[in-house]
Amino acid sequence: MMRANRRQFIAGSSLAAGALAVPVLTGHAATPAAKALAANTWLGVGADGRVTLALPKTEMGQGILTAVTMIAAEELAVAPADVVVTLPDGDAARFAPIMQDTGGSTSIRELWQPLREAGATARLALVQAAAVRWKVPVAECRAVNGAVVHAGSGKVLPYAALVAAAAAAPLPKDAPVLPASEYKVIGRQQRRLDGDAKVHGKAEFGIDVIVPGMKFASIVQSPVFGGTLAGVNEAAAKAVPGVRAVVKVADALYVVADNTWAARQGIAAAAPNWTVDPAKKATSHARIVGAVADGLNKPGFAAVDSGDLAKARAGAKRSFTAEYHQPFLAHATMEPANCVAQVKDGKAEIWTGTQVPGAARDAAAKALGFAPEKVTLHNRLMGGGFGRRLETDMVERAVQLAAQVPWPVKLTWSREEDIAHDWFRPAYADRFDVALDGAGKPVAWEHKIAGSSIMARLMGDKFAGVDDDVVDGLSAPLYEVPARKVTFQQVESLVPTSWWRGVGPLRTAFAVESLVDELAHELGRDAIEYRLALISDPRARHVLQTVQALSDWNSKQPAGTGLGVAVVHNWDTYMAAVAQVTVGADKQIVVKKVTVAVDCGQAVNPSGIRAQIDSGVLFGGSAALFGEVTFDGGAAAQSNYHDYRVLRMNEAPRIETTLITSTEKPGGMGEPPCAVIFPALANAVFAATGKRLRSLPLQKALESI
Amino acid sequence: MAVTLTINGKPASFDVPAEMPLLWLLRDVAQLTGTKFGCAAGLCGACSVLIDGTRAFACQTPAGDAQGKAITTIEGLTEQPLGKALTAAWNEADVVQCGYCQPGQIVAAASLLKENPKPDDAAIDAGMAGNICRCGTYPRIRAAIHRAAALNAGEKA
Repeated sequence: MMRANRRQFIAGSSLAAGALAVPVLTGHAATPAAKALAANTWLGVGADGRVTLALPKTEMGQGILTAVTMIAAEELAVAPADVVVTLPDGDAARFAPIMQDTGGSTSIRELWQPLREAGATARLALVQAAAVRWKVPVAECRAVNGAVVHAGSGKVLPYAALVAAAAAAPLPKDAPVLPASEYKVIGRQQRRLDGDAKVHGKAEFGIDVIVPGMKFASIVQSPVFGGTLAGVNEAAAKAVPGVRAVVKVADALYVVADNTWAARQGIAAAAPNWTVDPAKKATSHARIVGAVADGLNKPGFAAVDSGDLAKARAGAKRSFTAEYHQPFLAHATMEPANCVAQVKDGKAEIWTGTQVPGAARDAAAKALGFAPEKVTLHNRLMGGGFGRRLETDMVERAVQLAAQVPWPVKLTWSREEDIAHDWFRPAYADRFDVALDGAGKPVAWEHKIAGSSIMARLMGDKFAGVDDDVVDGLSAPLYEVPARKVTFQQVESLVPTSWWRGVGPLRTAFAVESLVDELAHELGRDAIEYRLALISDPRARHVLQTVQALSDWNSKQPAGTGLGVAVVHNWDTYMAAVAQVTVGADKQIVVKKVTVAVDCGQAVNPSGIRAQIDSGVLFGGSAALFGEVTFDGGAAAQSNYHDYRVLRMNEAPRIETTLITSTEKPGGMGEPPCAVIFPALANAVFAATGKRLRSLPLQKALESI
Repeated sequence: MAVTLTINGKPASFDVPAEMPLLWLLRDVAQLTGTKFGCAAGLCGACSVLIDGTRAFACQTPAGDAQGKAITTIEGLTEQPLGKALTAAWNEADVVQCGYCQPGQIVAAASLLKENPKPDDAAIDAGMAGNICRCGTYPRIRAAIHRAAALNAGEKA
């Protein structure tokens, strides 16, 4: 559902982008010249004996490069830092059935089995080659530290001495993967393999790419969505020293210059006018979000319809209704949208950081009217993704410009452009009508959801009314209810919408976990005990009981301080959080501490998992507290970090994380902490103030009471 | 006009307008891309550099104002003892995620430690509040600054 070069990305202590070229394996058959052992199109052993991995996923900060390398290193019995990792070019077909697209906390879940199998296959091929050489049984040989060892004789041959023979023999079939009891890498703390380059400022992000002869460009698009370029002071733009070209297209203006500063000055001097749709310009924010809320009054399409609601209601003792509203959100990645492109002689070459290298290449080809094989997309590290780089508009814009100028160009969006022309997390409304039995257990559960549908945009005519992302997880919720109906009503406006970290289950988590908290309060029950009374899934219960035990849940909090809990199960991961907040007389919400328990199955890199929890708590917490994009006159009203506020160091809570030991298959870690923190914070504000905030962002909602 | 300054110990002269922000001089003209563009408004700290040893936002500093001054970017800082202590501490604490803001964070931390060699949490919070991280590395940055302070003190001892 979601969506790079010859300069190689080398993992390890000598990490420096572009430092070393290694053979990139391109097929099952080893290339004769290199005599490399290819376990598949992305993992193998080079002629020099080094394990090589063309990372089939993209790195946006989530640590997937490190985690995937750890899995490969484990099966091939080498240190993770000794694996040569490359960020491969965009090619939607190369890794099939693995998606190069990176999002939805899918990477480890998708790669866990095939990557271990590929590693085990390559390991067995090397072991077999050694056994043949030594004329000993395969069972007496094993791979250790980049070599094969014969137990009886103590003979050792490094992989480099075995690669040619292993590559010449048929690849073994059904090679057994290592049992968890033999793990030496998986489950151990591993520092990020890309960390050292990043702290030295040497890691190459898309925005850092420099191509010989490159010019620098800036862009402005119509502030009012859908507007077209009406007038430009071209002479003024060209009068700016360093400006080389002014390029006008129907819906955007580009200025190309010797440096980004001159290009930005050129855009300012050009002072473009736009022809805008008066109806869009007249569209107020209140009308946009009002339409979303009004979607709840339409029948919608049923995603879940189980049990007899009327009968369940008839036997119920009490009922409860509540409505929750969530705003449009921007991604505001630290690295603004950018892309380097050159279009020349019927071919295009692109350098950029994208979550969807294959789809971005295809989108560029389509924009140019080229066949995909005429387009090369070199993927780079991303300065944050969060779903923004699942869209390919920055790549399409760059090739649109590059096709009209004789130079390679680096197109860098201003922060203001990055926010105004984000693809926003949709605004949503959720309404519940729940009936409870005499014991306080929900017996009838109606849940209506309204908002923009990203899936409808992607699916076109195939869309049948229910957005599977919006209702993700609702067919098998933690709270089992005998009669349940969930409906979705699509509501679109002038606002372009797309994926945002936490995706559909984040919206659900805020609504459902707020509702359950309200039910507990209505019934006079403890918020954790009430959840435990309703939830039977042992893994969900365990994470809840863990935060109950570790968060001072039962200690009395001072006035103005409150604890809020939430639990989520999505992406094959269970997570519970207790947030502690204080709210003073000034109504300012301060998050003091967040206690998290996670069961994500077999942990690959505990340090990376803990980092993702810090990340989700702070990225999600920023949005829960402050995040909202509003639209004024058909245009985004926010433009930079002063009015799209995010948490800073002095506002960051203490975060205490407990990893539950598990040998279940690994679950996703990018999204869950972002989902769990929204309701945990809302519930904590209620505990601290007695004010139930049913709309986000929390700070604004509290101040408006 | 020519702007003459020292970048990471090396004198250099650039034929750029005096009002061009140092950020773009460094990134586009000098091709030192460790200094990052984030907001161009002094809001995020990604472009932090040291000017005569004190942190400045390169996006808010006209090149002309840096005339004759010593600029230290992440590339230069990490060659110095304090920078080495910071990068070692950052690595030990496994701080980085996307890593885009980290050069600016490390430069800000260097400036902080120069002023206050042993900052407590409150001093770290105050000193680092000008630098945004969207990945949420703040808790590990705090730990890394404490560690860097210790490493730096040890080296001086």
